[in-house]
Amino acid sequence: MVSTVGVIFSSINEEDIPELTKVRSTGSIPFGGRYRLVDFALSNMVNSGITTVGMITKNNYQSLMDHLGSGKYWDLARKEGGLILLPPYSGETETLYKNRLEALKGATSFIKKANEDFVILADSDAVYKLDYSKVIEAHIKNNADITLVYHEHEIERSHYYIVLETDKNDKITDVQINPTAGGVQKHYMNVMVARTSFLLRTIQNAFQHGYTSFGRDILSPGVKMYNLYAYKFDGYYANINSLKAYFNANMDLLKKEVRHEIYGDRSIYTKVNDSAPAKFADTAVVKNSLVSDGCIIEGTVENCVLFRGVKIGKGAVVKNCVLMTDNIVGENCNLSYVVSDKNSVIRDNRVLAGCEIQPYFINKGSLI
Amino acid sequence: MLRKKECVAMLLAGGQGSRLYALTSNIAKPAVSFGSKYRIIDFPLSNCINSGIDTVGVLTQYQPLVLNEYVGNGQPWDLDRTFGGVHILSPYEAKTDTSWYKGTANAIYQNIRFIKMYDPEYVLILSGDHIYKMDYNKMLNAHKAAKADCTIACMQVPIKEASRFGILNTNADGSIYEFEEKPKKPKSDLASMGIYIFTAEKLFKYLEEDDKDPSSEKDFGKNILPKMLAAGERMFSYRFEGYWKDVGTITSLWEANMDLLGVVPNFELTDRENVIHSRSPLAPPAYVEGEVINSIVATGCEVEGKVSNSVIGTNCTIEKGAEVNDSVLMGNITVKSGAKINYSIIDEDVTICEKAVIGAAREDAEKIESKTSGITVLGRGISVGKGAKVPAGEIVDRNV
Repeated sequence: MVSTVGVIFSSINEEDIPELTKVRSTGSIPFGGRYRLVDFALSNMVNSGITTVGMITKNNYQSLMDHLGSGKYWDLARKEGGLILLPPYSGETETLYKNRLEALKGATSFIKKANEDFVILADSDAVYKLDYSKVIEAHIKNNADITLVYHEHEIERSHYYIVLETDKNDKITDVQINPTAGGVQKHYMNVMVARTSFLLRTIQNAFQHGYTSFGRDILSPGVKMYNLYAYKFDGYYANINSLKAYFNANMDLLKKEVRHEIYGDRSIYTKVNDSAPAKFADTAVVKNSLVSDGCIIEGTVENCVLFRGVKIGKGAVVKNCVLMTDNIVGENCNLSYVVSDKNSVIRDNRVLAGCEIQPYFINKGSLI
Repeated sequence: MLRKKECVAMLLAGGQGSRLYALTSNIAKPAVSFGSKYRIIDFPLSNCINSGIDTVGVLTQYQPLVLNEYVGNGQPWDLDRTFGGVHILSPYEAKTDTSWYKGTANAIYQNIRFIKMYDPEYVLILSGDHIYKMDYNKMLNAHKAAKADCTIACMQVPIKEASRFGILNTNADGSIYEFEEKPKKPKSDLASMGIYIFTAEKLFKYLEEDDKDPSSEKDFGKNILPKMLAAGERMFSYRFEGYWKDVGTITSLWEANMDLLGVVPNFELTDRENVIHSRSPLAPPAYVEGEVINSIVATGCEVEGKVSNSVIGTNCTIEKGAEVNDSVLMGNITVKSGAKINYSIIDEDVTICEKAVIGAAREDAEKIESKTSGITVLGRGISVGKGAKVPAGEIVDRNV
């Protein structure tokens, strides 16, 4: 691996999914039974051989800090480098950053100090497995100034997204922000590689000119000014930009090919805790579901993702649900298309239902 | 602040555990998997940290590789400390002689210098082959209150089984007047659990004396305790009530695993008090698409077959059409389509190919005369070929 420093934006795009980011940053949204969204970008970095990672935080980052700790679960508790939290107001900003560019400005002292040749920037609102070192290889081969990673799929509109156009050599010919045209597009994954010196110079220059948007003021005009290249990622990619997308991505894990791609080689790391193994009672009926440690199942569970410590009471029927850590479902409940945040209690005999395009959401710590 | 510890624990983890046959042919007994995600040593180590004892010496001798790697720096048990923490103590070469540990007492004797580094007032001696949750601190308080020189933890056992244990005969105040190792006609039903607290200076004194005694077997139960009793030292029993199981045999290991099953199990691990810590594996949640009843299943499993009354360890795959009943699968085991497993203990990294049949239905197997009361045992790393049969009660440690 060529010498590279990683930077992860842990709280960007929070407004996309307010239900889940009310109490936490995007990166610490629980996902897939025992993970947090940040685990994917962070594990990708570690698996690409990156040993210095800066984590840009904003507000609500207590839960993220609790999750990351010293970074030891990602093998990033290091004497040199390792995982470094970059709280707001760090570095050279005077106010809480308002956009990606200001956030990066706050990280410049970290990036300088890391003193690596390349920088890779990634968001933490997506589920995918990508060896970033391949992106850097392509970057070097193309002699690019900036390489943007994209995934081709039908665009689901969110509050802010970037679409790329490229020529046959992967050279970027246009960077469009929130285009209105639908259909299959090259969706920029907010994963970007640049030479450290180039990035620092560009950030400095942007501030001197009063720029405020990385996409609008640097990438879009950059098509003409710089060597902008694209890297196509064609594995599984889920951008968690709405509650529906969150629900669907969890459900995708029940498909063997997705589950094996994401989890197969056990290389997504996360904080480990010591829950007892999952327990299935005499009365348990479990079909097509992910069941985490600490679960106790006495009822019927179908097409569900159950996080740690979920209890399903006798006679309860739970279908197509995502139940986060320590949810308790009482006896004879009937739940379908429910996404329930952590620590909620659903009393006996309750009937709750959402639907595929609009799952019913239960706030953290609710009593229903 | 003084650099000392009130109590240091010494965990005897060197035994081979020969009655576990194939399960311990290349790992030490305390490193044997238990309860789908644990290893036996998790229990005493977790009990230590949950009792506030943060200095533990682990005495290893037999096949220590897996055990050493598992214990590592002790971080999973919160035992990675700058002063104290967990330390693996292997036999070592000294200036005058090199010697293996010659008995439980000799193992501790050879590591007196380790204990003295922490200048403790008390030393807790533990074994590495018991499954239980215990607050050693309560026992230590009883030891202090009685101004004892040695306190032995004990529990009531059915009187007809008492002759299998070391039996304590006690006075009304709990003081011990007689200690009988496996008596033919037991006078009491109080069995020693192999857990001792010694006042440190007394322990050192008796270990040093015992080392000079050429007729001694260098064993706590056979030599040290009787000598202390004969010399009139203050020896007390400490009554433990709760779940405790010696998992030194195939049958007891199987039973202890089964004791975890059920919504109200004989031995509860799901409560959040006194959590049993372990080097929890990093694996995704279990995927279940089959019939799983009255069982526990660890992370990383893919279960598409039928599982009942079983303990399934980390990263096991049970394919569609496979069936597992009344069994303990330790970890990283693949059971292919059409294979049937009944009343068995299967060690880690085993592959069972299509349509293989392992063991027999429990009620039939139990009638068979064997060393394992009918339980079939497959050793680590083997594979069982397509359609192969392993009869009930067999112990297998090579490919079939």
